[in-house]
Amino acid sequence: MVQYTPARLDASFAALSDATRRGVLERLGRSDASITDLAEKFRMTLTGMKKHVGVLERAGLVTTEKVGRVRTCKLGTRRLEQETAWLERYHQVWDSRFDELDKVVEELKRKERIDGHKKRG
Amino acid sequence: MDTRREGEPAATTSRTAVERKSERELVVMRTINGPARIVFEAFTKPELFKRWWVPKSFGLTLLSCELDVRLGGTYRLVFSHNGSEPMAFFGRYIEVTPHSRLVWTNDEGDDGGAVTTVTFEDKAGKTLLVMHDLYPSKEALDAAIASGSTGGMSETLDQLDELVVTLGASFGRT
Repeated sequence: MVQYTPARLDASFAALSDATRRGVLERLGRSDASITDLAEKFRMTLTGMKKHVGVLERAGLVTTEKVGRVRTCKLGTRRLEQETAWLERYHQVWDSRFDELDKVVEELKRKERIDGHKKRG
Repeated sequence: MDTRREGEPAATTSRTAVERKSERELVVMRTINGPARIVFEAFTKPELFKRWWVPKSFGLTLLSCELDVRLGGTYRLVFSHNGSEPMAFFGRYIEVTPHSRLVWTNDEGDDGGAVTTVTFEDKAGKTLLVMHDLYPSKEALDAAIASGSTGGMSETLDQLDELVVTLGASFGRT
């Protein structure tokens, strides 16, 4: 399950407190982008953009991966955690459903046995 | 997905498996202790279906349940949660093969919803049940996950998520 620790929340809030960083998240929500793309889009130096991405990365909102000379940014682990948490809940929903289904099936089996005896008897 | 720690009793192991099989597919599996014929009946008779699809522990009320299980037939389920606005889930059966296969659409969403395929496989008096949801696109499944919807079940974590987003946004404005 997702852990909402105070330190994590602080980091998230700090990361979200800046308009450029919120813009970067929105941009990455549409597709992955390199630091160079982001710097151009937000009319900023590479160094400036690297700092912003660093803040987002430490908050777990963005992950980056360097392939060759290009560092690509994508929405971060929180998305994965969200998926994991959702699958966990989805699992609980189905588990409860199937437990109830088991009961219904047991009852139908019992009923069938009784009906079967009646027919034979 | 199995995060069970060593030393935990085996009885707590869930018999249900859930897996995101691909970018567009979600699969749920479970072996039910009864023949496929009976399990199929529990899926297709409304009076049986409504007894298990919405377990009491969910805090949901099933207001109505209409299943017209035949090729091209429709279904409609209406829920309410703690007196909230009723929510309807509906679609059409596009394949009905008695005791072995059911396919239905999920049409309550704005655009193309998932297609659910259920297979019932007889295994020595038990049934291997596989529920397979195929979403029209990766984005559609991502969106279902992001929205937190598990088919109308309790969404506590979403509320927390929303709170975090709202707090984050208001923090940004000051």
